[in-house]
Amino acid sequence: MTPSPDRSLRPVISIAGLSRRFGPRLALDNVSLDVTSGQVLGLVGANGAGKTTLIKHVLGLLKPQTGSVRVFGRDPVADPPGVLGRIGFLSEDRDLPMWMRVAELLRYSRAFYPRWDADYAEGLRRQFQLDPAARIKHLSRGELAKAGLLVALAHRPELLVLDEPSSGLDPLVRREMLEAIVRAVADEGRTVFFSSHLLDEIERVSDRIAMMDSGRIVLAGPLTEILESHHRLTLRFERPPGRPPAMAGALRVSGEGLEWTVLCNGARDEFAAAAKRLGAEIVAEEAASLDEIFLARVGRSASALATGEELK
Amino acid sequence: MQLHLSPRDGLPIYRQIVNQVKYLVAAGRLAPGEELPPIRALAEQLVINPNTVARAYLELEQAGLVTKRHGSGTYVSDAGSPLKRAERLKLLTQRVDALLAEAHHLDTGLDELITLIRHRSKNLPPEEAK
Repeated sequence: MTPSPDRSLRPVISIAGLSRRFGPRLALDNVSLDVTSGQVLGLVGANGAGKTTLIKHVLGLLKPQTGSVRVFGRDPVADPPGVLGRIGFLSEDRDLPMWMRVAELLRYSRAFYPRWDADYAEGLRRQFQLDPAARIKHLSRGELAKAGLLVALAHRPELLVLDEPSSGLDPLVRREMLEAIVRAVADEGRTVFFSSHLLDEIERVSDRIAMMDSGRIVLAGPLTEILESHHRLTLRFERPPGRPPAMAGALRVSGEGLEWTVLCNGARDEFAAAAKRLGAEIVAEEAASLDEIFLARVGRSASALATGEELK
Repeated sequence: MQLHLSPRDGLPIYRQIVNQVKYLVAAGRLAPGEELPPIRALAEQLVINPNTVARAYLELEQAGLVTKRHGSGTYVSDAGSPLKRAERLKLLTQRVDALLAEAHHLDTGLDELITLIRHRSKNLPPEEAK
């Protein structure tokens, strides 16, 4: 399971300076991101942040306007067979052939992928309790997602690309999906690039995360490092400071009167010294959750976005 | 070994595993020589990335709480006892810190707090004091 050093350094996805415009709207703004072999990268962002657009570039469904995208060192637009055959993909809208039955879907997919593993596919079908005689169009939302994941996994692709794999699913199905994904990672150390707005899911499955907001990557790095470098501090002042205290590394400040909460990024020793200079004492200190970090990093625009959606 | 992850905990998952294993060892619910579940099995049980479990086990190994036996598995160290006391104190320290903070906010001085602890300790029924 532990990847050898040279293998882990090999970039599977390499995105550099990628920008994309849809009319006047900048959907991707100078995105650079690498995913190396054996890594699970979780792409986090509000709806409309650009996650799906980024994923479509990885699959070669969109051609870069500026910048470059390489998957397995190849251009996915110029060389679709060289790239797509090695990727297992689950799209957010699960575009499966609706007229087929489950058994037909398995046969059809098998013909598509030379490396299709029929035993593995059958095992997943049983595990997901999909009736081979059921028509795809009659599957429930959860069954549709599981059928999509089955097709994505069963040819044992080197790279798994999952766009919102558990979006809109109930907790039971979500857990089944996650279990299958975790098992795929555990079995073969497969590279995974997946997007989600469910931070719990991101935290469970990812080695690295990238946070997107308005087409930009606002934060990227190893999950543990990100979690351990963000702190939630409560400052208590001797006298009310009158205005929000200013500290280097503070991402979000809230409070009033004598007590203020600061969500900050950096070394914790420096914050104690900074608090002292401001005439405050740190009365509580806790690790910031991924939720809080996300809100602090993209909070303002995420709420603006929610309002925008309501207006539609 | 039953671990429970809490998304609301705020702590990274690997740290939750480390803390809970330390707690189980300190509480005697994991005995010296007992085997921890294999990385893959625990990852599947908790539905988390196996690298996260590996990282937690590595940290526990570096802290001397568990040892890896070549080609087999991960076991609770036999030398658990001296660490056990340190771990116990560490667990208590966190509680004491929280209590001190609360006492501070409730404007209760240290002497008053110590008196209260002594008083409460006397009131404990004997079986609980064991």
